[in-house]
Amino acid sequence: MNHVSVFVLNQDSAFDFYVNKLGFNVHTDAPMGPGMRWLTVCPPQQPDLEISLMSIDEGMMFTKETAQQMRNLVSKGTFGFGVFECDNLLVTYEELNAKGVEFTKKPTQEFYGFEALFKDDSGNWFSLGQKD
Amino acid sequence: MEHLYPKIYLYRRIVYAKLFIDTHFADRIDLDNNADEAFFTKFHFIRVIHYVYNKTPHRNLSFVRIEKAKQLLSTDMTAANVCYAVGFESVTSFTGLFKRMTGQTPAAYQVIQQQRQAEIANAPLKFIPNCFAEKKGWVIVS
Repeated sequence: MNHVSVFVLNQDSAFDFYVNKLGFNVHTDAPMGPGMRWLTVCPPQQPDLEISLMSIDEGMMFTKETAQQMRNLVSKGTFGFGVFECDNLLVTYEELNAKGVEFTKKPTQEFYGFEALFKDDSGNWFSLGQKD
Repeated sequence: MEHLYPKIYLYRRIVYAKLFIDTHFADRIDLDNNADEAFFTKFHFIRVIHYVYNKTPHRNLSFVRIEKAKQLLSTDMTAANVCYAVGFESVTSFTGLFKRMTGQTPAAYQVIQQQRQAEIANAPLKFIPNCFAEKKGWVIVS
């Protein structure tokens, strides 16, 4: 896989979250006309995996009504978009927590592994695990 | 969770010391002070940072400075100004370390980044999968 989309409520705020808090690198940041922007970021160790931070706007992708429904669903934390792995979960948890990332589950030893859950600035949630 | 608390306390001290380095990369960082603030001796501080991050504090500082330099070189800032802005005192040592860590000189890296940004500005659709561009209405579908 080389592209995956995460729907966000605000691309400026998402840029700050994914780049300044999670430490991802900007891959492509292209203005596409008034109010439109193609913005992709990559985890530092996966420079070929572009995560597209897609704004939820009325247009060809969403009708006005669907865009509003989608925004409501995202902000309610309906969507879980993936699993990230790190070398040391306790360290990464402390680091992200200090940077203001909101965790909905602290590092917990589960039967399937050591895991925490965090939310992005829009409400999308992710699992954060530890490599064996 | 009880069994995690001592570890969490230890990790918190290490992480805060590492974040201090990450945010004060442009300053002259004294490892003795940094270790003191984390309540470690200098030797123990270097050892635990290396254990947790697989890098010494000095190597972590170099990494942070070069990553920041890569960001600044993507702007119009000159390589010499980038060198001083990220905390190096000598352009020669900055250039040498940058080349060792990235395989390119700062000037060569900057040229490539500026060319790529110009290409994104002139032909953004080259960088966007067509299916997304169509869904966004950025290309005309016949």
